[in-house]
This record gives sequence, C-alpha cells and structure tokens, in this order.
Amino acid sequence: MDWMKIFSALALVMFIVFLFPRARDMMKNSPKGSSADWMSFVIPIVAIVLFIALLIQLV
Amino acid sequence: MNQNYSAVAQKSPSALATSKVLRNTYMLLSLTLLFSGFTAAISMAMNMPPMTYLISVIGAMVIAMFVLPRFANSSAGIGIVFLVTGMLGFGLGPMLSMYASLPNGGNIIMLSLGGTGVIFMGLSAYVLTTRKDFSFLGGFLMVGFLLVLVAALANIFLAIPAMSLMISAVVIMIMSGFILYDTSRIIHGGETNYVLATIGLYMTIFNIFISLLQILGIMGGDD
Repeated sequence: MDWMKIFSALALVMFIVFLFPRARDMMKNSPKGSSADWMSFVIPIVAIVLFIALLIQLV
Repeated sequence: MNQNYSAVAQKSPSALATSKVLRNTYMLLSLTLLFSGFTAAISMAMNMPPMTYLISVIGAMVIAMFVLPRFANSSAGIGIVFLVTGMLGFGLGPMLSMYASLPNGGNIIMLSLGGTGVIFMGLSAYVLTTRKDFSFLGGFLMVGFLLVLVAALANIFLAIPAMSLMISAVVIMIMSGFILYDTSRIIHGGETNYVLATIGLYMTIFNIFISLLQILGIMGGDD
C-alpha cells in the first residue's frame, strides 16, 4: 500500500503548509503566561499522564 | 434599585451570550458525537476497506478548513459540521473493526472511549470551575502540533513503533491543551461562534480517541 503512504504524506505536508502561517501568527500574538499560569496547565497534563498509565494497566 | 438593574443590564448581555455559546457548543458536540458513532457503526456494518479512514479524514479536513469557515455564521454551518463529523465517524469504522477483531479488542475500544470521555469532561470541568484564561497556550500548542505533524510525516516512512507510541502520547497532551485553550476562549468571549467552537472541540476528542486507541492497542500487545 505504498500509494497510501505517499497520499498520507502529501496530505500531511499540505496540512503543515496550511497551518504554518497560523502557528507563526499565534506565536507572535499569544499573551505570555506567568509561571503560575504554566503550573495550571502542567498539573492537569500530569494527571492525564497518570490516568493513561492507569488505562494501560487495565488493558 | 435602578442602579442595580442597570448594572445587571450592563453585565448580562456578554455573560448571557457566553453561556449561550457554551450551551449550544456542548449540545451540538453531543449530537455530532452521537452522529459519528452512528456513521462508524454503518461503516463497520458495511465492512469498509482500510483506505476509507484516509479518504474520510482528508475529505473532512478539507471541508472543515476551507468550506466550514464560509458558512459558520449561517444555518448551513450546522449541516456542514454534521457532514464533517459524519465523515470522520465513517472513517473510523475500518479501524474499529480491526480492533474489534482482536482478542482484547472490545476492551481496548471501550477503555479508549471511556478514557476520552473522562479526559474531556475532566479538563472541561477544570476550566469551567477555575475560569482560568488559557489564551497564553495558543502559540505553544500550535507549534507543538506542527512538530508532531512533522514527526508523524517522518514516521510514515520510518515506521518505528516506539515513535508511533511517542507521537500518540504527545498528541494526547497537545489535544488536552487545546481543550483547555478552546474552552477558556469560549468562556472568556474569545470564541462567539458555536459552530467553530464545536468543530474545534470535536477534533480534539477525535484525536484523543484515536491516539488512546493506538497506545492501548500497542501496549495491549496489538503491534
């Protein structure tokens, strides 16, 4: 199924090209977060990592 | 007394508008998820070939990126959201059939489904209760997402299972960040269009589900 790989790769390249200007714009215009802000992001992400580890144990 | 009424009248419109966007988003999201489940069941019953996933995802992404924004402010936008989510659900059919045929497949699918629900509801509840503004995550998440896409592109040709596992794990982290970011945008008035809000949240749920399915599939001995 090599054509499927090529088709997937082409779709991903197009998606990356489409998203790149948006990502650059968001990088420039996003407000800066304080360390407290980043902690409020890290805490739920760590909880999700632990949750996924639990799911893996359940498989 | 009049001053109180006037204060309420000044605050109400934006607060009401925000809660209306949130309510409509969750209602449309629930309906689209049910519709996706329905189209996935049809796809499974029809025994669609594996390439259905690729074609459906590419078609749905093209419609979501180029057609939906033009109709997002009209009632046609709702129809397009159902078309996109229906296509994505239909594309999931062959993948679900493949997992369902494994000895532990039913368990993997149910755990992925339940896990996705818990992650989405947990993160949504976190934003809605803390009412924190996660707008600072925008650039970080977009760049992270682009890097993951580049890694996924490389892995199409490298086909390293450990890298697939890593990509799936990072996708879950990034999509979780997008749930925080998108929900926070809705409650702080940054997103006023519930059609666009719905498609954004739907994509995060879809990606988390697929990634969980892959992680649990690989860890469950599916590789």
